[in-house]
Amino acid sequence: MSWTPDRPIVEVADVHKSFGHVEVLKGVSLDVAKSEVICIIGPSGSGKSTLIRCINALTPFERGSIRVAGIEVHDPKLDKLELRRRVGMVFQQYNLFPHRTALQNVMMAPIQVLGQKRKAVEKRAYALLAKVRLQGREHAYPGEMSGGQQQRVAIARSLAMNPDVMLFDEVTSALDPETVKEVLATIKQLADEGMTCILVTHEMRFARDVADHIYFTDRGVIVEHAPPEEFFANPRDPRTREFLGQVL
Amino acid sequence: MASELPVLLPIAAPPGPSAFRPRAWHGLALAALVLLSAGIADAQGAGAARSSVFAALAKWTPLLLRGFGFNILISFAAMAIGTALGMVLGLCQISLLPPVRRIAWAIMQFFRNAPWLVLLFFAMFMLPFQIRIGSLVIPLPDWLKAVFGLALPVMANVGEIVRGAIGSIASGQWEAAESLAFTRRQQLWSIILPQCIKRMLPPWMNLYAILTMATVLASIVGVTEVMTLASQVEAAEGGRTDLLTPLYAWILLWFFLYSYPIARLTQRLERRYAVRI
Repeated sequence: MSWTPDRPIVEVADVHKSFGHVEVLKGVSLDVAKSEVICIIGPSGSGKSTLIRCINALTPFERGSIRVAGIEVHDPKLDKLELRRRVGMVFQQYNLFPHRTALQNVMMAPIQVLGQKRKAVEKRAYALLAKVRLQGREHAYPGEMSGGQQQRVAIARSLAMNPDVMLFDEVTSALDPETVKEVLATIKQLADEGMTCILVTHEMRFARDVADHIYFTDRGVIVEHAPPEEFFANPRDPRTREFLGQVL
Repeated sequence: MASELPVLLPIAAPPGPSAFRPRAWHGLALAALVLLSAGIADAQGAGAARSSVFAALAKWTPLLLRGFGFNILISFAAMAIGTALGMVLGLCQISLLPPVRRIAWAIMQFFRNAPWLVLLFFAMFMLPFQIRIGSLVIPLPDWLKAVFGLALPVMANVGEIVRGAIGSIASGQWEAAESLAFTRRQQLWSIILPQCIKRMLPPWMNLYAILTMATVLASIVGVTEVMTLASQVEAAEGGRTDLLTPLYAWILLWFFLYSYPIARLTQRLERRYAVRI
C-alpha cells in the first residue's frame, strides 16, 4: 500500500477501458516519477482524456491497474476521497463554482474536505491566488473573469489541497491564444517547483519546453514515448511522424 | 396589394400561442366588470324594494375577505408542506440507489398527473377526522385535510422542479467537486443546490400562483373558504340574479390582486436568471 520515493508515484499498467463496444484504452501503461512532468499527446479520440480521468477514478476502467502514491485505484474497495485528496485535477472548461468568488472557490475544499482552520486556509488562498498572478481578483466571481483567469483560479483551487500529483486535461483548449500563455506560464512554474504533473495537451511547443517525458497515444494505445528532444527530433513510429507533421 | 412585387418574405416562425402573462389592464378590466355589472343591475332595478348591489357587496365584503384569508392560509400551508416533501422527492430522484430513484419517480408521476380535485377528494375521505396517538388526540378538521390534499400535487411538482434544476447543472460541476474530494452530500449541499435555487425560484412561484387559485376547490369538499361563503351570501340575499356577476367578479379581482405581484416578480426573476450562469 505505502509508497516509497524509489518507486514511481503514478504507475499505470495495462489499463483497458471501453465505452459500450468501443474500446478507448487498449492496454495502456506508463510510469511517472515524483516531480516528473509528462505530457500525453495524440489525435483527438485517442483516449488521452479518458486515461487521466482513470487516474483519479472519475472514469472506472475494466482491466489493468493504477497506483497513485501507494493507493490502488483499481481496487473495488478504493477510498475515492483519499485518492482525490492526493490528486488535483484541472479541466478544459475550468468548472469553477459560479456562485462563489475566486477566493471562496480556493477555500472550500481545504475547509470542508480537509477540515482545516478557516483563518489559515484564507491566508494560503490569498497566497495561492497571488502565485497564479491574480492578486486583486480574489473577490471576483467566475462570471466576471476571463477564461485564462478562471483557469488559473482552477489551478489554485487544486493546489490548495496540497496534492501529490496534478492532472491537466487539455486546460488551454478552451482559451483564446493570448490567455493560453498566462496559464502555461503558471503550469511551467509549478513544474519548475517540482510538482508532479500529467498533462494532456495540444500545445506542442509547451510540451517540448516543460515535459520530462512525452507519450504519444493513438487509438487507445501508447505508440511511443521518449524525452522531448528525442521525441520531436527523431519520432520513430510512422503514426507519430504523421501526427507531428500535421501539428507542427 | 396586387401591386406588390413578389418578394421572398423572411421566413418567420408562425406566432404560436405564447404563455399567459397577467397584465395590469387585466385587473382594470376585472374592476370595470364589477362596476359595470353592479351599475347596470342597479340601474335596471332602480326603485325596487331591495338594496343596491353595491350596498350588498359592501355589506358582505368583510365576511368574504375572512374567507379569502382562509384561502391564503390554505395556500401557504399546502405550499410549505408540499415544498418540504417535494424537496425530498426531488433529491430521491438523483439518489445513487436505483430503487429509490424508481419509487420516487413513480410517486412523482402519479401525483403530478392526477387531477387536483381527485387528490383533494382522496385526502378528504381517506384521512380520519382525528388521529389518536396514545392518549393524545389530534383532530383533523376538513380544512387541514384540504391542505394535505393540495400539498400532494404541490409535492410532485416541486419534486420535478428540484429534479429539473439539478439536472440543468453542468456535469463539470459535479466532476470538479468530486475531484476535490467532496463527499456526495457536500457536493450536493455546497455546490449543486446553491446554484439550483435561482433556477427553482421562478417555477416555484408560478406553482404557488396556480395553487392559490386551486384553493377554491376546497369549497367543493365543504371547507368554508371564499367560494363557499360567496354562495352562502348569494343564498342570504335571496338568490337574486343581479348579484351573481358583480359578486364573483369582485372575488376574481381579489385573486388577481393577490397573484399579480407574484406573477410580476416571477417574470422579473425569470428575466434576471435567464441570462447569467
